[in-house]
Amino acid sequence: MEFTDLQIQRYSRHIILPEVGGKGQKKLLGARVLMVGAGGLGCPAGYYLSAAGVGTIGIVDDDLVEISNLQRQIAHSTGTIGMPKAESAKKTFEALNPDVKVIAMKGRLTKDNIMDIMKDYDIVIDGSDNFPTRYLVNDACVLARKPLVSGAILRFEGQVTTIVPHEGHCYRCLFEAPPPPGLVPSCQEAGVLGVLPGVIGALEATETLKLILGKGEPLKNTLLIYNALAVSFRKVKVPRNPDCPVCGQNPTITELADYDAGYCQR
Amino acid sequence: MREETGRNEVKPSMKIDIRGLVCPYTFVKAKLAVEEMEVGQVLEIVLDYPGAAANIPRSMEEHGQKVLKVDRTGENQWVIFIRKEKD
Repeated sequence: MEFTDLQIQRYSRHIILPEVGGKGQKKLLGARVLMVGAGGLGCPAGYYLSAAGVGTIGIVDDDLVEISNLQRQIAHSTGTIGMPKAESAKKTFEALNPDVKVIAMKGRLTKDNIMDIMKDYDIVIDGSDNFPTRYLVNDACVLARKPLVSGAILRFEGQVTTIVPHEGHCYRCLFEAPPPPGLVPSCQEAGVLGVLPGVIGALEATETLKLILGKGEPLKNTLLIYNALAVSFRKVKVPRNPDCPVCGQNPTITELADYDAGYCQR
Repeated sequence: MREETGRNEVKPSMKIDIRGLVCPYTFVKAKLAVEEMEVGQVLEIVLDYPGAAANIPRSMEEHGQKVLKVDRTGENQWVIFIRKEKD
């Protein structure tokens, strides 16, 4: 493809970078990224990926926009309250950049649909708000050998990590199984500073762009933890676990399961 | 070793006319043209934006390319020759 004059203007600050250039920008325009969730993390991550010209963005989200989301979920607005989040985000992202094709999917990922949805994408971004989805996405990405950028937030602290299956750790190397229902509070119970998912979502977008461009060091075997109150970024080493139930030498998880028994779905 | 190219030896394999463009699009256009070329090939750039006459050579050197020549061909017109050194 050849750039149009408008594309040259839109992406000029990328094209100038030696690490991106016209070639890198074309990779971005040809890339296909699946976002799990269009909430606190998915909104800023998708917003920046759209601005960057990532050509195809799939969004899976089951929720409708509520007024309580708007303190942090910046792709939605007062005018889209009641609309499916995937549709609301699509509207925002496509308005920002008409080069981006957004595929909005209102629904939940399950063991029965995730592989079929994921197969059309190069990279998955997890911005989900619950453990059943987080583990399902991890297991699916490991089984399909698809890179996964994973983020999580609560109160004033967030974390991000990049999973390149069989090259680095996976989520189960870090936490082998989901915590029992009720042990870990949700944002709904514990609260979250509205800007915090902006920081973590932007880091997820950064990791995704690096993976597409093939530049820099991904957060492989590493968990990056940001604390907004202390203003600290901590990198914690996460070695691969040879006994990991999904990516270890003798995996016990060889097919997908749903883990939602007992969990609150909100 | 490549010999330094003299006035008569500069044989551009591509030429772009970016008169009318201002920074940063002058460099963006020049860079996109360099990306299309093979290492060793020479790009000829005709421009009329005074800032770019200095900025393009400096940025090209920073990106590892070789500036062979900057000729002022008119009061507000320059011709720059860049040899591609690396991808």
